Amino acid sequence: MRNPLKLIKNGIFTENPIFVFVLGLCPALATTSSATNGFGMGIAATMVLMGSNVAISAIRKIIPDEIRIPAYIVVIAGFVTVIQLLITAYAPTLDRSLGIFIPLIVVNCIILARAEAFASKNSVMDSLFDGIGMGLGFTLALTFVGSVRELLGNGTIFAFRIMPSAYQPALLFILAPGGFITLGILIALFRYIQIRKEECATGEDSAYDGWEKLGGCDGCGLNAVCGGGDSSVTCTEENKEADA
Amino acid sequence: MMSLLALFISAIFVNNIILSRFLGCCPFLGVSSKLETAKGMGIAVIFVTVMASLMTWSAYEFILVPLGLEYLYTLSFILIIAALVQFVEIVLKKLQPGLYKSLGIFLPLITTNCAVLGVAVLNMNEKYSLLQSLVHALGASLGFLLAIILMAGIRERIETNQNIPKCMRGLPIALITAGLMSIAFMGFIGIIK
Repeated sequence: MRNPLKLIKNGIFTENPIFVFVLGLCPALATTSSATNGFGMGIAATMVLMGSNVAISAIRKIIPDEIRIPAYIVVIAGFVTVIQLLITAYAPTLDRSLGIFIPLIVVNCIILARAEAFASKNSVMDSLFDGIGMGLGFTLALTFVGSVRELLGNGTIFAFRIMPSAYQPALLFILAPGGFITLGILIALFRYIQIRKEECATGEDSAYDGWEKLGGCDGCGLNAVCGGGDSSVTCTEENKEADA
Repeated sequence: MMSLLALFISAIFVNNIILSRFLGCCPFLGVSSKLETAKGMGIAVIFVTVMASLMTWSAYEFILVPLGLEYLYTLSFILIIAALVQFVEIVLKKLQPGLYKSLGIFLPLITTNCAVLGVAVLNMNEKYSLLQSLVHALGASLGFLLAIILMAGIRERIETNQNIPKCMRGLPIALITAGLMSIAFMGFIGIIK
């Protein structure tokens, strides 16, 4: 068994799903209009991720390889339904503000990516801690984006007033465009820090090329299956047939 | 009739599925680096969304509601979409190999595209009739096509720009571009009452 603390730290920092892998952008944009919403979405996704990671890891030897993706989706959808019913029963306000994004946790690529890349290859306990780490990384990132947007757009964080009352809120930040712009700037800042660190360590200009890492598909667990629309990847079977 | 037209226009422009509802952001950013691929993806999404709306609407009205199993909609919708995508892939491969070559590669991506499931869930939440659901699905997926093509056109140009700071290249500048497009699309609010 791997060190659980390392697995959790890995999910929060080294492989943070939002800032490093850029997975699950839809909820990261849509549910971060306030810190509370971002936090709620993060916790809901963490619960699903923990459940699905444990279940998939437990049945990983039974699932036939060809139909593994549909099997994962069914397991994930089951957990999402459970979480959805729990939220409707115990947190109706959160249910109203997250709305359609709770059922859409099913198609959140972080969860499927962890199932494909981690849970299907590792033991139950490791998968549980990986789920906790990745989920916390997602929650922290969403809460952070939500706090920045709420602070600029409403002058508050978690509904506590931070800015002086003379501050004129920039409403744009809690509307749709603010989501794209805030996340774009935060990812750029994150990359700036990484590039500076690398340059300080090596003393040379970083060879980092953002255009190479253009797609949101890089970290996606399905990348090996669909290649982000790259025909050379998806058509491997046909290519094999053609070669033979 | 007028209300259907209003629904159609509002699904394309006012409630644009990407720029105002944030559904389908992954393919919007991941598959928009070339105009050709963006077009292929957009057309594949139109095809699957409309078919999926038809199937999920029927399954909800004729199976889930009579049996009192409405709470299982997430599970059944995603299964229907996954099966539908597989089915379309097999049929296209056999009957239309040419079309399969150009659209088929996008099909695996679409199963986990939240735009498709999102439209199905929205149809159910808004209690649309079958006709309204189909019009809404067509409008929403045309909105997707419009947004992804605009984005691909812009990105083909900005990618040659060497003045952009290193940390902004790629995804960050694409997100900010999407933000500016979203501001432009906010201008459509008000054309439909």
